[in-house]
This record gives sequence, C-alpha cells and structure tokens, in this order.
Amino acid sequence: MGIDSLIGGTIWDEYSDKVTQLMANPKNMGEITEEQAAAMGAKLIVADFGAESCGDAVRLYWAVTPNDDIIVESKFKSFGCGTAIASSDTMAELCKGKSVDEAVKITNIDVEKAMRDTPDKPAVPPQKMHCSVMAYDVIKKAAAQYKGVDAASFEAEIIVCECARISLSTLREVIRINELTTIEQITDYTKAGAFCKSCIRPGGHEAKDIYLVDLLAEYEKEKLALIADAGDSVSFAQMTIVQRIKAVDKVIDENIRQMLIMDGGNMEILDIKENGSNFDIYIRYLGACSGCASSSTGTLYAIEATLKERLDENIRVIPL
Amino acid sequence: MRVYLDNNATTIVDPHVFEEMEPFFVQKYGNPNSLHQFASDTHKPLKEAMQKIYAGIHAPNEDSVVITSCATESNNWVFKSIYFDYILTGRKNHIIISEVEHPSVIACARFLESKGCKVTYLPINSEGIIEAHTVSAFITDKTALVSIMWVNNETGAIFPIHEIGEICKAKGVLFHTDAVQAIGKVPVDVQLANVDYLTMSAHKFHGPKGVGALYIKKGKELTPLFHGGSQMGGLRSGTLNVAGIVGMGKAMEQAIDSLDFEMHDVKELRDRLEDAVLAIKDTFVVTPREKRASNTILVSFRGVEGEAMLWDLNRQGIAASTGSACASEDLESNPVMEAIGAEADLAHTAIRFSLSRYTTSEEIDFVIDAVNTAVERLRGISSSYAYAPEGHESGLSVGH
Ligand SMILES: Cc1ncc(COP(=O)(O)O)c(C=O)c1O
Repeated sequence: MGIDSLIGGTIWDEYSDKVTQLMANPKNMGEITEEQAAAMGAKLIVADFGAESCGDAVRLYWAVTPNDDIIVESKFKSFGCGTAIASSDTMAELCKGKSVDEAVKITNIDVEKAMRDTPDKPAVPPQKMHCSVMAYDVIKKAAAQYKGVDAASFEAEIIVCECARISLSTLREVIRINELTTIEQITDYTKAGAFCKSCIRPGGHEAKDIYLVDLLAEYEKEKLALIADAGDSVSFAQMTIVQRIKAVDKVIDENIRQMLIMDGGNMEILDIKENGSNFDIYIRYLGACSGCASSSTGTLYAIEATLKERLDENIRVIPL
Repeated sequence: MRVYLDNNATTIVDPHVFEEMEPFFVQKYGNPNSLHQFASDTHKPLKEAMQKIYAGIHAPNEDSVVITSCATESNNWVFKSIYFDYILTGRKNHIIISEVEHPSVIACARFLESKGCKVTYLPINSEGIIEAHTVSAFITDKTALVSIMWVNNETGAIFPIHEIGEICKAKGVLFHTDAVQAIGKVPVDVQLANVDYLTMSAHKFHGPKGVGALYIKKGKELTPLFHGGSQMGGLRSGTLNVAGIVGMGKAMEQAIDSLDFEMHDVKELRDRLEDAVLAIKDTFVVTPREKRASNTILVSFRGVEGEAMLWDLNRQGIAASTGSACASEDLESNPVMEAIGAEADLAHTAIRFSLSRYTTSEEIDFVIDAVNTAVERLRGISSSYAYAPEGHESGLSVGH
C-alpha cells in the first residue's frame, strides 16, 4: 500500500504518447488480399490469435516473398482495447522487411519497448502488458503457417509468465536459490506475475498449465522432504544445492550470526559454487559488518574455520 | 460538447442540494451533540432532512434510517452484523444473495464464506432478472439473510423485491435490499416491500458523495459496526456529517419530486438513444425496456471491445462505462454479461449508458452520432469483420 495505491488513477494516463497515437491512428491497420499479395509476387499468410470471448483477438496478414522469405508487407485487424490495437500495430510494423526467421524472434517485450516514449518508462501499465503478448503469439502462428510447422516448435522453453517471458526453469531456480515463499517475492525477483496476473493462480484472465502458486507449493514440498531427510547424514559433497545452502545457513545461525548481530551487523549467503575440489561460499556482510575491517580478516577466518570443521574441509568463504 | 452518461456510477450534485449544504461548512459548523447555540443551529435542519429521507422510502417513525458514510458501509454493516448476531452464535449458517450484486455485497458474502458461513448465489434468468421463486427454493431453517438488490447497476434490471419480501416474511427470514440504484428511479416503499434492511447512497441521486443510509426495521436492530460516542441512537457512532445529511435530505426530496419525470421524460430520451443504437446492425441490449430502470441501457456492439469503445467515446467528450466503476480497471469481462449467459463473443463488448434528469435531448442527439462514428471506426479495425482469403480457417473463435 502507500500513497500511490490508495487512490486509483485511470489506466489511460499511464499509456505512452505513442500508444495513444497508435490507438487513434493505427498505421498498419488493414488487410492484404490474395490479389494484392500476388501483385507483390508474394505469398499471403493470414494468422489468427486470441478470441473475442477472451477480450482480445488479432488477425495478422503477411505478404512474404518466397525466394528470400522476406515479409514485404504486414497488416493487422484487431478486436481489443486500445493497447491491443497499438500493440498489434507496432508488431505489424516490426515485422516489415524482416525475414520470417527474424520475425519469429520478436517478443512482446520488443513490442512494448517500441511503444515507449523514453527508454526507461513503460509504454503501458502492468495489467495491459498482456495485450502485447498476443502480438507475439500471432507472429509465431504466421511463421508456423508459412513454414508448415507447429507454432510450439518456436518456443524452446515452457514460459510460465508470458507478459514478462519468464520460463519454468528460471522460476524454479530462482525460487530455490532464494528460498522464496511468497508470490510477491517471486514478482520482486523475476517480474513474473507483475503484469496481467494470469500466471499467479487459476481463475485469472487466462488459463495456464502451470501457475506460480504451483511452483511455490512444489518448493514447499521439497523443503518438507529435506527436513524429513535431515536425519540421514549425507556429506556436504553429496548434498543438493538447496541442502548445502540450508546446511551452511544452519551452521552460521548456530555459531556465528548471533555474534555478528550483537555487533550490529549480519551476513547473507549469496551462492555456493563447486570450484574443482573446493566449495566456494559467497557471502555478503550486512549492516555494521560491511564497513568493519575485521570482516575481511578475523571474522572471516572464524566463519571459514567453523564451516570447515562442521561441514567440509574444502570450504572456502569469499566475501563480496 | 461534454456529455455525462455515467449516472449509475455517480451523479451531478443538484444545485439546490449544494445550496442547502453550504451554510454547514463555515457558518453552522457546530457539533450537533454539543451543548451550545452552534450545536442547536444544526438540529432543525437535521431533523427536517431526516424526515425527508424517511418520507422518501415511506419508513415509519418507529423504524431507524441510520446515516452512514456510503452504501458500501451500509452493506458491510448488514453482513458483518448478521455474522456476529446469527452465524457466530451458531443460530444460523446460511445467507442468500444474487450472483449480480454490487461488489460491496459480493465481497461481504465471500468474507462470510471464508468464516464458515454458507452462501447461495442465485442466478439471473436470460433477461438478467432474479426470479422470486428461486429465492424461495433455497431458503432453509438455517438461512439468516436474503440480500437481493432492487435495481441492478449494470443493466438497470428491476428485481421482484415485493415478491421476495413477501416470501422472506412468510418464511421468517431477514431481508435486505441494496436499493442504491432504485431511489429516484422506481417507487421505493419499505412497508409495501416488506424489507427489514435497505441500503441507499446519496451520490447516486444527485446528493453528495460520502453519505449513505441503512434503513432498519424496528425489532431488527443489528450490532453496530461503529462503536463510539453513541450518535445515531448508538447504532452508528461518529460525529454527524451535518452538511451531508442535509444534502441527502434535500436530494431525496428532489428525487421523489422528480420521480415522474425520471420515469417518463428520462425514459423517452433513453428509449430514443436505445432505438438509435439498436438501428446499428449486430447490436444487442439485455433486459427488456419495461423491466428496466428508465435511465439505463447496457448494449453490446459486436466486434467492438468495450474499453476501446469507451476510449473513442471519451475522445468525443462522452462519459459511459463498461461495468461498475470499481471494476473498470480490470481485464475481466462484464460479470452480468457472463451471468446472463450472453454469447461468449459479446462478453467484452458491453457498454453502459446511464442518463439522469439532467440529460438533454441535444446531448442524446450528439451521443447517437458519436456512437455511430465510434462503432464504424472500431469495426473497421476489428478482426471480427476482417477479410480472410477463401479457405482460411478462422482461429478467432477458439479461446486461448
Ligand atoms: C448497487 C450498488 N450498491 C452499492 C454501491 C456502492 O455505493 P457507495 O459508493 O456509496 O459505497 C453502488 C455504487 O457503485 C451500487 O451501484
């Protein structure tokens, strides 16, 4: 909450001038007919994405010259709000003059960036980011049609949050490494879930195969399993990364942290990397410790010695 | 020209209302509960205002019309006190509402649900109306409350409150109605309708924002939501909003005086607008005219997304709505369109025009032109009416 959340503004105020202009006068709005494509010596591709019942739909027309696969003309028609129209228009513009292979690489993020007035101010408010995703999806459909392949083949990874284009593997990794337990944390770390919010839990604007809440639940289960397994003494070298971090954290909690806190400081574990036969534990000092001279000497020695003794001889502690 | 056709969201304050409120800011600013002349200056105007409000809904003097801060507060009060008085005590465990109530009712019902209370969400029929017999079918001896709005804010559909009141009375179940959209549009008589609780909000009938009321029938008093200095007979503490109450009183008086005008003259303008929009092809209106408040139309233009339509209308100076104001930042479709079982393709195309007694004939002419312009432009852009080569299998009808 806070002052900015208490009184809503109108989403229209958050649109960039470019978006507003394109809404009023979309440049590439229109159709390409078979005859027109033929006159350009090109093949007509017509691809649809979305549905009126979902609130937005787009039809993309490409004229592609077969010898070089270049999109010589690109137009759209779109059912949707103003940002859907502006995004479709921008997408059609970005396709022009590109080869089909190049066009497939255009993402919704490129579309959104192209609609910004200044590089660092988003063109649309978060809940409208979704509209640009449709622009991206329709390109894949058009390309798939042209190449006679399945649209899914252009996607190497499973994307959980389409607005921010965050993949399943990235999310799993970030959740584990940072031990995330809430949706807000996931959003802070990755931006997933910050936009149309469909990927957070079922019941949103769009149905998904996997939701952020599923990933949190998955991690929660894993942690429980870890606790259950904690009785079995696995060596540090055999542990998973999560187990290692937990084990290090536990030793620090029991032996070191209290001492640091009494001096007004603290520390956090950033990463654990295997480096040959060594385990490099990257840490960062917080609060008073970060400026303290002994943190790179005496304290560091104490931390490293304790970890070596409790966990593994080959541990090295590296402060950042 | 600027035309305001969003009167179900809020209304212009009637200048007479404003005039009556004015002295209570810098001259007669006393706290009515104090013991001095400043306080006494407020008593007569407050009393008169309360009488007007009572008269407006035909409430007997023995009943209570408690002034609140808004309809949302009134609705919350009913639901939360029903929870304290009936659900928490284990006497009852069930309430019935319609599936198209305002969020200030739906969210309360969901909250009670989270506390273990059972909630029945009654469906509307294809005309957007709750049928009274459905209420009766769901009442059990564990039902504490039935809450059905008098007039729906989206469609203007008038619900059979008198019949539902009759049923609830016969079955001994408490009956609440959110009459926010009914005041000044249809005759409201709490005695004829057999309601126990009734919610209103001044800003929906040309009164000030931030003033609402809850009518409470004698003997059906609820645990207060606001405990404190015992104002409003201890039912709702907090220093009286003197100017607000005076304004609501005047607004109620005006609303009653102009009820005929609303039901005939405003209706005539509304009907003219409706005939004109229906003359555009592929355009649909839910709820037949005679079953609707005289000021409202919810209309769908096929192939024209609601927010895009609002944007085009706004550029031409016209204020309309795609749904209730609080929900219009949302991506989701109009809940009434979904409840009605409207064709899925139309779920995102609903536009609400709501008139008032301030709407003029010239404004309606202007709006008719503007709507035609906007629909033509947006259908020109729309994929729904787009060219496809022969043999193209449209991928637009499948959901994603
Ligand atoms: C049917 C209905 N109930 C309740 C409300 C809420 O009114 P208020 O703004 O006074 O809380 C509204 C206003 O949008 C409404 O239309």
